[in-house]
Amino acid sequence: MAARGHLVGALMFLIAAAVGPALPDWAVSLAAIAFANALVVLGLVVMWRAGLVSFGQALYYCIGAYAVALIARWTGFTDAVALVAIGGVGAGIVAALVGFLLARYREIFFAMLSLALSMILYGVLVKTESLGSTDGFSVATPTFFGLSLHGDKLILALYWLTLGIDAIAAAAVGYYFRSIAGALAAPIRDNEIRVEFLGVSVTGIVHGKVVIAGTLGGLGGALAALTIGHVDPAMAYWTTSGGFVFVTILAGAGSVAAAFVGSLLFEAARSIAVDVMPGLWQMLLGAVLLLTILFLPEGLGSLAARVGKRGEVKR
Amino acid sequence: MLTAFAIFADGLVYAAYLFIVAIGLTLIFGVMKILNVTHGSFYAFGAYGAATAVGIYANAGWPAALGFLFMLAFGMAIGLVMGVILERGLLRLVYGRDEVIVVLVTYATFLILEDVIVLIWGAQSYAAYQPMVAAGNIEIGDLILSNYDLVLVALAAGLAALAYWALKYTRYGRLLTTVIFDRETAAAFGINVTVVYTATFILGAMLGALGGAVMAPKISVTLGIGVEVIVLAFAVVAIGGMGSIEGALVGALIVGICRAAAVHLVPQIELFVIYGVMALVLVVRPYGLFVRARPRKI
Repeated sequence: MAARGHLVGALMFLIAAAVGPALPDWAVSLAAIAFANALVVLGLVVMWRAGLVSFGQALYYCIGAYAVALIARWTGFTDAVALVAIGGVGAGIVAALVGFLLARYREIFFAMLSLALSMILYGVLVKTESLGSTDGFSVATPTFFGLSLHGDKLILALYWLTLGIDAIAAAAVGYYFRSIAGALAAPIRDNEIRVEFLGVSVTGIVHGKVVIAGTLGGLGGALAALTIGHVDPAMAYWTTSGGFVFVTILAGAGSVAAAFVGSLLFEAARSIAVDVMPGLWQMLLGAVLLLTILFLPEGLGSLAARVGKRGEVKR
Repeated sequence: MLTAFAIFADGLVYAAYLFIVAIGLTLIFGVMKILNVTHGSFYAFGAYGAATAVGIYANAGWPAALGFLFMLAFGMAIGLVMGVILERGLLRLVYGRDEVIVVLVTYATFLILEDVIVLIWGAQSYAAYQPMVAAGNIEIGDLILSNYDLVLVALAAGLAALAYWALKYTRYGRLLTTVIFDRETAAAFGINVTVVYTATFILGAMLGALGGAVMAPKISVTLGIGVEVIVLAFAVVAIGGMGSIEGALVGALIVGICRAAAVHLVPQIELFVIYGVMALVLVVRPYGLFVRARPRKI
């Protein structure tokens, strides 16, 4: 089953990579941003499986983005792959430190405290005049192993880089879900104390999840910063986190693939909605979220699973 | 010395504002265990409603005091209507679901209401400064304070006293306390928890709208005011302990004074200080200052 999943997943990523050159520029950069954001969503899925929702995932997103932008600005180092790696590791380290505090909390308190932490970063960035305050600043054009690309080639290269990192992340998270720590997510969600009685440190597992999600968030932010070419404090604002949570709930925590499909659909829907009915985007967002929660509690991903299971005998 | 007094005065005014906003949020959480993101919408609708009300009475040429009361009543009436619609129409359907899911439901509602504001009032901003101007200023020492700010502080103090009295000495307050302690036991003793929920949510909504209404003359009523308020109120409530009225009071005072001190001494850290204080308090007291220890349920 897992092997088949890997094969299908790899095939999907290859197809996505292959259609890249055939698409117009705007579509490629839209897809690149969507797949970068999908990493953040994937991180939220990791936590959501254990019943944890972070309303502050923008913290890591923003750290990843600013790490890339600042290193390029201060040192002139512009290698895309290394920058993204630094963004991910940097956010992961912050998550590991913050995790000591966060892992003690559950439910609402977990969500609130992560929210507060991201707002601290937002507050600091807004007041830092040297970094452009609320306007942010531009990110230097990245290079690829010494090659400097421009125009549509650059966008395509970033798109492929994003897909490559996505593929690695998807495989790694898939592996994590099948590990003992990953498999304990649902029991933690159902009854934490009983898991403790099994001799497992729930705090340790939650801490691990925070670090995984933080690293993924940092990678996503770093890729988004390179693709957009600009960073600003709004990346740390709680509404950014809210958007990620939105996609997570919409996609559901059922599978790794749902994070990517959900994120792509979300970005596509957003660009269409902003075009067609600019004033009603948030209303549409809220209505879809409400309908999902009320009628599809497991997310859109469960719809696909339900259709697939129709032939089988019901449990 | 003047700075110290200015910090105290500004802090108190800001704390009053925070308390008025936070009390509705903490009340709803305490009773219903719902972290109500829609509170930001109540605030925004209250503020827009108050701006409209100020426009009406300024045109009609009513006396200022009457106008002020009209403004508050108008704002709270909007809160009442919204509270009824939301609780009966939507939240009722998700009781019993995961707490986090209910937060997301209120978040979705908040998103929808943000655009409803644009539909009703348009994208322009409103000024409702008339009550503030009509109230005039008062000089205390070298410091000039607005009388309106003093009214705000009095209002917050009055609300705190009223909440304390109502919870401790009225029949409805005693019932509420029982539900806060244990919903199931309260229901087993014959308390109609559904009615208590509805009443609490409507009350919370009215308090949120009241917060917006009293703040409308002090700010420019514009898009996005609800967003800021939510996180601020969350911070206050988290410091004090979710669901605790006295906690909201202490939290508001702490945040108010700290922010005023930051504004006067190191303006760069103004935003940072609020959440910094919150994180600090939570490190020491993970669930806030005024929260009862809860038994672990297996």
